[in-house]
Amino acid sequence: MKARVHVTLKNGVLDPQGKAIGHSLNRLGFPEVGDVRQGKFIELELAETDPAKAKARVDEMCRKLLANTVIENYSIELVG
Amino acid sequence: MKAAVLVFPGSNREGDVAQAIELVTGRRPQMVWHGDGDFEKVDLIVVPGGFSYGDYLRCGAMAAQSPVMAEVKKRAAQGVPVLGICNGFQIVTEAGLLPGTLMRNSHLKFVCADVHLRVETSQSLFTNRYQAGQVIKVPVAHAEGNYFADADTMKRLEDRGQIAFRYCGPDGSTVDGRGNPNGSSSNIAGVFNDTKTVLGLMPHPENAVEPMFGGTDGKALFEGMVEALS
Repeated sequence: MKARVHVTLKNGVLDPQGKAIGHSLNRLGFPEVGDVRQGKFIELELAETDPAKAKARVDEMCRKLLANTVIENYSIELVG
Repeated sequence: MKAAVLVFPGSNREGDVAQAIELVTGRRPQMVWHGDGDFEKVDLIVVPGGFSYGDYLRCGAMAAQSPVMAEVKKRAAQGVPVLGICNGFQIVTEAGLLPGTLMRNSHLKFVCADVHLRVETSQSLFTNRYQAGQVIKVPVAHAEGNYFADADTMKRLEDRGQIAFRYCGPDGSTVDGRGNPNGSSSNIAGVFNDTKTVLGLMPHPENAVEPMFGGTDGKALFEGMVEALS
């Protein structure tokens, strides 16, 4: 089973990298782009076959290492 | 004062801080490799600057989970003083020894410069050789030094006097973010834990201890620790 984790900055946390990306896109001829928030995508290969157990374990991984919950949110998606 | 300096893959200021400690104590600190779960009893643990684990995932995130940091957390809970400088500050916040976190500099550039700092309190084992309000000049060198904490944490830091150093102008002013090199909240350059036994700061006092470095304002930090811990 695979787990896909998205880590994003919490609302209200300034994202200068997202801003810079937005500016660049505007300059490249995409004026329709407004606010940009960037984050991380992490894909994990898991030996676990029980989705509930897998999700609980990945949740623990997120809290311990993959996300910094002071500034980041995370979401978990299980595939296959 | 017996000190230990941690060394991670990618640390690069461990020699500088070891030299600064040797300068004021006359003895070389113990260098402790990140994979070591145990080390000699010491009066001070230093987490030095650098790019531990290549700054993968987030600065300090991987190092914070290393075997040596589990031991550091245990000792910090027993009151053993911990000093985290630059990447060391990032590591100790990721390890949960200090509140908040260090984000990418607001202007997205690496900053390498001498900065002015205002010492916010002399009431700690780290800052007892300074006067509250004193302005000192030390270098910074980082891309992720933008201190951030939520509003409740910021209020608690202010109320409890846990802010150690603020970036400021040469006159000590912090008005309009004066002297702030990275967008840090409330111009914060360094914070204590609630017992003031853990200090994390982005600037490098260890690189301002001899006149040939261009300044000696960082030396009092090391002298103060020696006085408090010997």
